[in-house]
Amino acid sequence: MKEIIVDDKKAVQYKRRSWLSFVVFFAMNGLAYSAWKWLFGQPNNANGTKTLLRKGMETNESIFSHLFNEDKLAKEYPTDEAAKKPRVNGNLGLNNSFDAAQWKLNVVKATGDVLAISLEEIKKLPKVQVVFDFKCIEGWDQVTSWGGVRFSDFIKHFNLTKQQAMQYVGMVTPDEKYYVGIDMPSMLQPQTILCYEMNDAPLPINQGYPLRLIIPVKYGVKHIKRISTITFADTKPKDYWAENGYDYYTGH
Amino acid sequence: MPKKIIFKHLLAIRWMHWINFPVLTIMIWSGMLIYWANDVYQVKIGNNTLITFFPNWFYTYFHIPYRLAEGMAYHFVFMRLFFINGLLYVLYTIFSGEWRYLLPNRHSFKESFQVVLYDLHLSKIKPLQTKYNAAQRVAYSMVIFMGFGSLLTGIAIYKPVQFGWATAICGGYAAARTIHFILTVGYVLFFVIHVVQVLLAGWNNFRAMVAGFEITEEKDIATEAD
Repeated sequence: MKEIIVDDKKAVQYKRRSWLSFVVFFAMNGLAYSAWKWLFGQPNNANGTKTLLRKGMETNESIFSHLFNEDKLAKEYPTDEAAKKPRVNGNLGLNNSFDAAQWKLNVVKATGDVLAISLEEIKKLPKVQVVFDFKCIEGWDQVTSWGGVRFSDFIKHFNLTKQQAMQYVGMVTPDEKYYVGIDMPSMLQPQTILCYEMNDAPLPINQGYPLRLIIPVKYGVKHIKRISTITFADTKPKDYWAENGYDYYTGH
Repeated sequence: MPKKIIFKHLLAIRWMHWINFPVLTIMIWSGMLIYWANDVYQVKIGNNTLITFFPNWFYTYFHIPYRLAEGMAYHFVFMRLFFINGLLYVLYTIFSGEWRYLLPNRHSFKESFQVVLYDLHLSKIKPLQTKYNAAQRVAYSMVIFMGFGSLLTGIAIYKPVQFGWATAICGGYAAARTIHFILTVGYVLFFVIHVVQVLLAGWNNFRAMVAGFEITEEKDIATEAD
């Protein structure tokens, strides 16, 4: 450490400098406190969060969606490590008046041009199994086993290449009470499946029978159960939890 | 009467130190809002629960429940400040040569025990105090290392597929979350000890962290100067 010996006159100057530093220090404390008060006092928008925080989330989204590499796979596990009774954590969009016999998957190719696909048709496509660590936005995780058709295979099979060129996919439950919007690169990642099996058996009702999404590069909130309609868009489709203050992207 | 001016902390170090304080506070607070949504950590010996993270009175007192979305929003916005400030600190410490005062040397670990014994009034041997004593070197280096740990475990939790290597290093997703939490408890413990030590060290030491220098009366210097 550097040390100097100073006379009284010089020492007074250093004392002054010391006081000045404290003035700046307290001014900065005040500034930081006011800035925090201002931010914290901002009202929530209709999307459940403050403008500045939403912008912050969107900046993170643009950084991490650029870094996104669809060749990076979520770690897979041996089937016997999968939970026998996976946790059921939400029933939004799963009302009881649902008639499974009438169910078809509606793919909106363009306004008025809807492709209605039965479960049998979907099951004819090559089946893949994904055993991965399912991560809930609440913080818990669980290794679970799912079977279904790759979304990218589904796109190819049903000639949806024009739709694939769009930036987002929207999915909605039959009662339209739950809905998600997901970026196309995540949808085309090879582990993203339209899922109709859990632990090698048909999906239970509370896990989204007849068809749900499994998308290991996202938190559980995006794994919509009981899909009724699929849409494509270049603007963000509406997303239930993003309307309630959560990040839209929530990507892994 | 002549006085001695001891230049202790560089301007940039002081700024980064004080910026880190509110930023880390916001990170810890927003982290608790997130943790509440799945509050599973406990310290147990056998079947006895010693500590529950956290008891209900704690949540109520700090207004924590049902604020997961808010916690995540703050956490993932302020993480950038925490990261940038920490990165600048490490780079500055390396390039300014300050690391020489900061990093423990081969004597530090042994000497830090002497510091602890002295501070607890169990030993009368006053340990060597330069800019930092041995215990400070160990503690301050460790807290920087912990910051790196928070960054690593943080990215392992935040992007476990794109940064799958980080998740693997941490021993998996759940382990990364646990380490992330333990490190945070570590910061709080560090903070408590740090504040007590600063209070005990007195005004001049605190002034050095704000103004950069200490001003001491040196009576024997006066005679030398004559």
